[in-house]
Amino acid sequence: MKFRFSFSRLVIYGLLFLFAFIFLIPIYVLVSSSLKTFAEVQDLSQLWNPPSGFYLESFRSAWFGVPEKGLRGLAQNLLNSFYLTVPATIISSLLGSLNGYVFSKWRFKGSNIIFPLMLFGMFIPYQSILIPLTQTLARVGLGGTLWGLILVHVVYGIPITTLIFRNYYAEVPIEMIEAARIDGAGIFGVYARILFPLSIPGFVVVIIWQFTNIWNEFLFAVSILQKAELQPITVALRNLSGSQIKEWNLVMAGAVIAALPTLIIYIVMSRYFIRGLLAGSVKG
Amino acid sequence: MSRKTMFRSLLVTLLVAATLLSACGTAAEPVAEELAGSVEIFSWWTAGGEADGLNAMYVVFDSLYPDIEIINATVAGGAGSNAKAVLATRMQSGDPPDSFQVHAGHELIDSWVVADAMEPVTFIFEENGWLDSYPPDVIDILSYDGEIWSVPVNIHRSNVLWYNRAVFEENGLTVPTSFDEFFAAAEVLSEAGVIPLALGDNGIWTAVHLFESVLLGSMGPEAYRGLWDGTTDWAGPEVAEALDTFAMMMEYVNEDHAALSWDQAAQYVADGDAAMTIMGDWAEGYFKSIGLTPDVEFGWAPSPGTAGSFIMLSDSFGLPLNAPNRENAIAWLIVCGSQEGQDAFNPLKGSIPARTDGDRSLYDVYLQSAMDDFATNAIVPSLAHGAAASEGWSTSVSDVMTFFITDLDVTAAQAGLVQACVDAGVCE
Amino acid sequence: MAQRERWIAVLIVLPSILLIAIFVYGFIGWTAAVSFSEWDGIVPDYTWAGFENYNQLFNSASVAGRRFTIDLWNTLFFTIFFLLICIAIGLLLAILLDQKIKGEGIFRTIYLFPMAISFVVTGVVWQWIFAPGTASRPRGVNALLNMAGLDSLRWGWFTDTTEIGVFHVALIPVIIAAAWQLIGYTMAMYLAGLRGVPEELREAARVDGATEIYIYRNIVLPILRPITLSALIFLGHISLKIFDLIYTMTGKGPGFVTDVPGIFMFETTFQGNHYAQGAAISSIMFVMVALVIVPYLIFSLRQEVEI
Repeated sequence: MKFRFSFSRLVIYGLLFLFAFIFLIPIYVLVSSSLKTFAEVQDLSQLWNPPSGFYLESFRSAWFGVPEKGLRGLAQNLLNSFYLTVPATIISSLLGSLNGYVFSKWRFKGSNIIFPLMLFGMFIPYQSILIPLTQTLARVGLGGTLWGLILVHVVYGIPITTLIFRNYYAEVPIEMIEAARIDGAGIFGVYARILFPLSIPGFVVVIIWQFTNIWNEFLFAVSILQKAELQPITVALRNLSGSQIKEWNLVMAGAVIAALPTLIIYIVMSRYFIRGLLAGSVKG
Repeated sequence: MSRKTMFRSLLVTLLVAATLLSACGTAAEPVAEELAGSVEIFSWWTAGGEADGLNAMYVVFDSLYPDIEIINATVAGGAGSNAKAVLATRMQSGDPPDSFQVHAGHELIDSWVVADAMEPVTFIFEENGWLDSYPPDVIDILSYDGEIWSVPVNIHRSNVLWYNRAVFEENGLTVPTSFDEFFAAAEVLSEAGVIPLALGDNGIWTAVHLFESVLLGSMGPEAYRGLWDGTTDWAGPEVAEALDTFAMMMEYVNEDHAALSWDQAAQYVADGDAAMTIMGDWAEGYFKSIGLTPDVEFGWAPSPGTAGSFIMLSDSFGLPLNAPNRENAIAWLIVCGSQEGQDAFNPLKGSIPARTDGDRSLYDVYLQSAMDDFATNAIVPSLAHGAAASEGWSTSVSDVMTFFITDLDVTAAQAGLVQACVDAGVCE
Repeated sequence: MAQRERWIAVLIVLPSILLIAIFVYGFIGWTAAVSFSEWDGIVPDYTWAGFENYNQLFNSASVAGRRFTIDLWNTLFFTIFFLLICIAIGLLLAILLDQKIKGEGIFRTIYLFPMAISFVVTGVVWQWIFAPGTASRPRGVNALLNMAGLDSLRWGWFTDTTEIGVFHVALIPVIIAAAWQLIGYTMAMYLAGLRGVPEELREAARVDGATEIYIYRNIVLPILRPITLSALIFLGHISLKIFDLIYTMTGKGPGFVTDVPGIFMFETTFQGNHYAQGAAISSIMFVMVALVIVPYLIFSLRQEVEI
């Protein structure tokens, strides 16, 4: 590739770097604060100063907690987030795959009304169902439980996972299906023999999307799952920053810890993430 | 109550008294060995003096009931709003804790009491002879429908004016006792380039907090009490006057009040940038935490016009109906209401006991003066902190104040306050 | 397809259909029902109240009505500016990245990863960045302005109660924070769209002597229109229901300057126990989103069937 050094290239790179710089400002604040001592971070007028050293104590405190100050460590909450996100992601992905299969290959009467009705579920403001949701969960004994929240995320993940898989399976040529049918495969046979083996990229996309969203979700978590030992990390983090302690270096360290899993997944798999975004919008 | 319970309560009381008399912290011997199992105590005291105080009460409890395991169920964040939400979920699913922290007064009464989810604790008061140890005004605030519904552990005072002594001396001022004196002093301070009144209403409750002092200062304790049972007219001239006074005070408040929290406002006073702030007595805890000494760098007085009255708020514990370990819960409540329990908790929290027989030597100079006032003043409930009104009512008032503090529109604010009282079902 | 297999197909999706029927439509219906009731307080009260709760929200003489009016205006302005910025800058970045950039992957990652972070985290960080501090101790951007000697530019950011007509300037930091989070989404969409423009088309135009700018304006951008529509819908519905970010970053703000229906609903329901009022607010939010989404779904799915 020729290295074109021209004014327009300069402008292009200049803009890209400028935006990259702006985009990284909050990350800088986040990370630098997490590396400061309590005294340094206390004075928020010094927000922009870099930390004087690599002070990892905040991470240790945020992770293990500070029992004397009544601070529970985030280690438990991080685990809770995994306990929540992994099952919910797996279950909603499987359901999405099966549903997507049916809606793309086995159109039945009314399926093109039911599908948009199902899709609509991903657009509703969650506040509008929050009250009946908490009441219903309480009534069936799932109130305040981890499985209650998992159920919630599975249900509200169904529309988007179904959409992604439906669009994905729509690309599979009808001839492959026909061939398998001729060989005598029934509805499950086609799925098991043809579609499921092909689904890996689809699963990757769906799993990344769901994992990220469920991990970062706050409203359901804070409304449903409130026993401190059960709280996922987004809620625990909010508690940290809302409490009287105001040890900001701890809060920021906690925020870095909270963001790490999704960030890692993201950086490693960004290509698939983008594909997930594209599949997630109904192509107009 | 069964004779067994009465006997047990009596033993506990005797033991507490014996422990006190022995003038050392260790219990003589464990009593009521039959009480075992666990007790789940639900609160939002997760840090600082509150957590220390709670732990001190646990120590007292433990010495009396070593066989009962204490489950310290705390929920952090939002100064209790998270905890209240958790509690609501648990109570509604029929999974109550054995006892939970709740503001004494209407916050409890208009929620779990009217929902028939609580057991009255009048019997505990009667069996332990507490009706003589608590001021009658306090018993009033705790009561509804002829029964008492929670055991108060501490008392905080809301109507306190904190001031920077050096600033006052430099400007030749004495602490204002009335609104007229307040405004006169404010003028002098303004001229001198000092912020007369520091306010940090980020989160709006501090504005409500200030407003209740102004209400009380404007109309006196009797009329103030009447606001909460419909006998004082929210549409009347006294409330209008209070709103006017508040609006005038806002002219002497720091311009960035909307961006600050109460402790940042207190910091202004500590730094001498501002002269006064009206805040509950946890402000003293803040001043001490930054190294100031009561009566040296900072002083206090009842907020203007409220001398002789004490706006109280209280953290208390109640007895849920169908508490899983009811007997243990009752034991806990007895510790809460006992002199030993309260004297263990309050010095660490920075509040005063709800009982009138606390050991003064354990409290610092400010708290002692608060105890004196508590014993003699007219005690009225706080609006901003759950004693005077239900949560629904107080959030409505908060919304009114959110508007009022920015637009200072007295007529609109008064109409809003009237509506809030009507919506709360107290006014017509 | 055999009839039996049709039935199996239905059975496979039936659990999902039932769950959605209950958890989406059932609950929306329940919330709507509560919005017509008198439920105020911890104890449920299903007495019929007609449109009373809705009337209160639109009654400008009541506190609730005034607050809700502000909420709606805030939502409108937030949505407009948020969408404009996301689309404009997202498109710009996509076009820039389309120019055969060295290190494209790194730039792409930087622009995209705000999406991977929770609103709760970013809310706190942005709160710090825009916190005005005090006059003597400025914070955040104000501190930077102070250090640069530009003290006159300091302002209250999200605590500022200035209004330009019905627009609250305090929304500006919130818009910036939300845009930061989601510009990556539009960028990624446009980038993929740009990549999908056949190179032959562009080459042919170049051979004919067209400038790059001409090619972009007349060939590429029209192809991107469906993506713009998609992005508007997706981001639009997010901004209509936004809660986490604003609640964590600023709360309702002084004089409700950064209040939105999502926050109003949350506070009135879970702090004030005014369940019926909360349900009315939720229902209105739902209708607002439906007005945007339903036509779009009908339109795009019909298009698919045609193809």
